[in-house]
Amino acid sequence: MIRLEDVTRRYGDKTAVDSLSLEVAEGEVCVLIGPSGCGKTTTLRMINRLIEPTSGHIFVGDRDILSMPAEELRRGLGYVIQSIGLFPHLDVAANICVVPRLLGWEKQRMAERVDELLALVGLDPAAYRHKYPRQLSGGEAQRVGVARALAADPPVLLMDEPFGAVDPLNRERLQAEFARIQRELKKTVIFVTHDIDEAIRLADKVAIMRDGKLQQFNTPEEVLNHPANKFVHDFVGADRALKRLVRVRVADVMRSPVTVLADADPISLQEAAGRRRFAYVVQPDGRLLGWLDTRSLAEGTRPAAAMTQMDVAEASVRPDDSLRDALSRMLGLGFRSIAVTDKNDVLLGEVTFAAVEDVMTEGDEHVSNQPTEAPE
Amino acid sequence: MKERRSIGVATVVVAALAFSWLVSAQGLWQSFLRALFPAQPVVLMPRDTLAAFVLQHLALVGISSALTIAVGIPLGIFVTRRSGREFRGLVVAATDLGQTFPPVAVLALAMPVLGFGFWPTVMALFIYGMFPVVSGAISGIESVPKAVLEAAEGMGMSPWQVLLRVELPLAARVILSGVRTSVAINIGTATVGAAIGTGGLGVPIIGGLAVQNMAYVLEGAIPAALLAVLADAALAQVEAAVTVQEAAAG
Ligand SMILES: Nc1ncnc2c1ncn2[C@@H]1O[C@H](COP(=O)(O)OP(=O)(O)OP(=O)(O)O)[C@@H](O)[C@H]1O
Ligand SMILES: [Mg+2]
Repeated sequence: MIRLEDVTRRYGDKTAVDSLSLEVAEGEVCVLIGPSGCGKTTTLRMINRLIEPTSGHIFVGDRDILSMPAEELRRGLGYVIQSIGLFPHLDVAANICVVPRLLGWEKQRMAERVDELLALVGLDPAAYRHKYPRQLSGGEAQRVGVARALAADPPVLLMDEPFGAVDPLNRERLQAEFARIQRELKKTVIFVTHDIDEAIRLADKVAIMRDGKLQQFNTPEEVLNHPANKFVHDFVGADRALKRLVRVRVADVMRSPVTVLADADPISLQEAAGRRRFAYVVQPDGRLLGWLDTRSLAEGTRPAAAMTQMDVAEASVRPDDSLRDALSRMLGLGFRSIAVTDKNDVLLGEVTFAAVEDVMTEGDEHVSNQPTEAPE
Repeated sequence: MKERRSIGVATVVVAALAFSWLVSAQGLWQSFLRALFPAQPVVLMPRDTLAAFVLQHLALVGISSALTIAVGIPLGIFVTRRSGREFRGLVVAATDLGQTFPPVAVLALAMPVLGFGFWPTVMALFIYGMFPVVSGAISGIESVPKAVLEAAEGMGMSPWQVLLRVELPLAARVILSGVRTSVAINIGTATVGAAIGTGGLGVPIIGGLAVQNMAYVLEGAIPAALLAVLADAALAQVEAAVTVQEAAAG
């Protein structure tokens, strides 16, 4: 979908981007990452021709971008920047409709699109449509920025540190929403960030750059498991094992739990518990109530009376959460396993500490301190 | 918001009507100035009626300011374009110089070229009022946030679309305050034109100073001051009209 061939950009003596070659397949999220000044923004802006390459070729959907008018190219590439750049004199609806208006859409269609997009990015259309940018919080403004980039349904999104200016809590929320939107829309995305956690969380492919040169271009798993050289190794950080957890969803490793019904008979309880010591207590509709220690059960007590009640929202994770979320919950609660529930508190499974450990250690190997050539 | 604006517009219209009535009430001025200066045998300059002086003055200011705006704003825009950026320093320096010159000197320089009378004065005022308009246009456009421009360009607006849909709307307020300053300066400076026989409210002022008749001076000065206040109020309404959206956003 997007292909960079030997792209170089020089500023005087300085080479901001040095014969960079990249290929991003349709529907993939490619995250460009590297230290400040390594040429991420320059690379991104060459793709929409805000900067012209000194040499090399860039193709978007098999067309050399130099062969089409810059304006036409840009209308097909959604663009989100860290400083957002909403138009202060236009309300939210008009901001979102900038590109549709350039394309000459009809009023009705634009109004429908605004509502659809606001809902998509998690803002109530009725409440936000007619607000002005300065009435929005940073997170809201960034959501509008994303909606604006998506307005004319461009196949490609270029995002330059889109969540760089929001606080960490909102940042995680925006990342989660971006991941959800991306699962739904399947855009081809080039995403610039400073934040390795963000990269690992969102990327299908990570491109790590240094001084304008590509160091490694591969899946997050590969980058974590097999850093191409010392720079990548150090850049990814010492907690590679923990980072790996971000890539694995709870749903992928959960196992079925031992459960008992709250009003079950004490005898059948002993059988149900089998060899496992702890069991979850659920209602007939599957909703989680608490847990109990089968060995300390006195004869004749019903599970409902013997169980320890749980604050289910606090003490469980969702199937879409990452293993890192699961681990930090477990550590926070001091448990060796954690329940997985859906949004109605229905118990779906459990994740054990051992399963988390397995993921952390898998594919772990020593990395030589010898820098190796960056692979193509 | 809308209501407050229409009240503002109505006030300006009423004030303008009151002003035109006032300057055509020759008798009123006569008795007012006679009461102030009982010793003066003649208190109104006989050369023309006050209404005629005002009309001449309006013509001078109107034409010169229109020219200033028509040239100054595009000039300001031009030097903020990629193609005109290299002229920015030159233009700012030149307009600055135009304002540093005393208006009489500008007149003196314009005279050999354009001769006596109306057009040399228009020319002088045109040059003299240029600085606030050009610098207003430049600073207005340069105050548009870089991120907003990057977004506009990145979304596929052509340079013209960026100018018309983003830069000018966002710069309008600053541009208009430059125009306001320029018009105010022009109304005052236009009185100097009388020195080279232009007419306008400068005639009774300069004539009055020459023959030491303070009544004449006031006949010119009071309407000139009122006119300046009135023009400023009218332009303030225009300014409010173009910035109303932003104000609503605040
Ligand atoms: N217009 C310019 N003129 C000269 N040098 C420039 C220009 N733009 C960028 N550079 C240089 O090119 C290099 C790459 O810049 P770029 O903005 O692409 O970095 P980046 O990876 O996006 O950094 P950051 O993470 O800080 O945003 C930097 O060293 C920068 O100083
Ligand atoms: Mg950057």
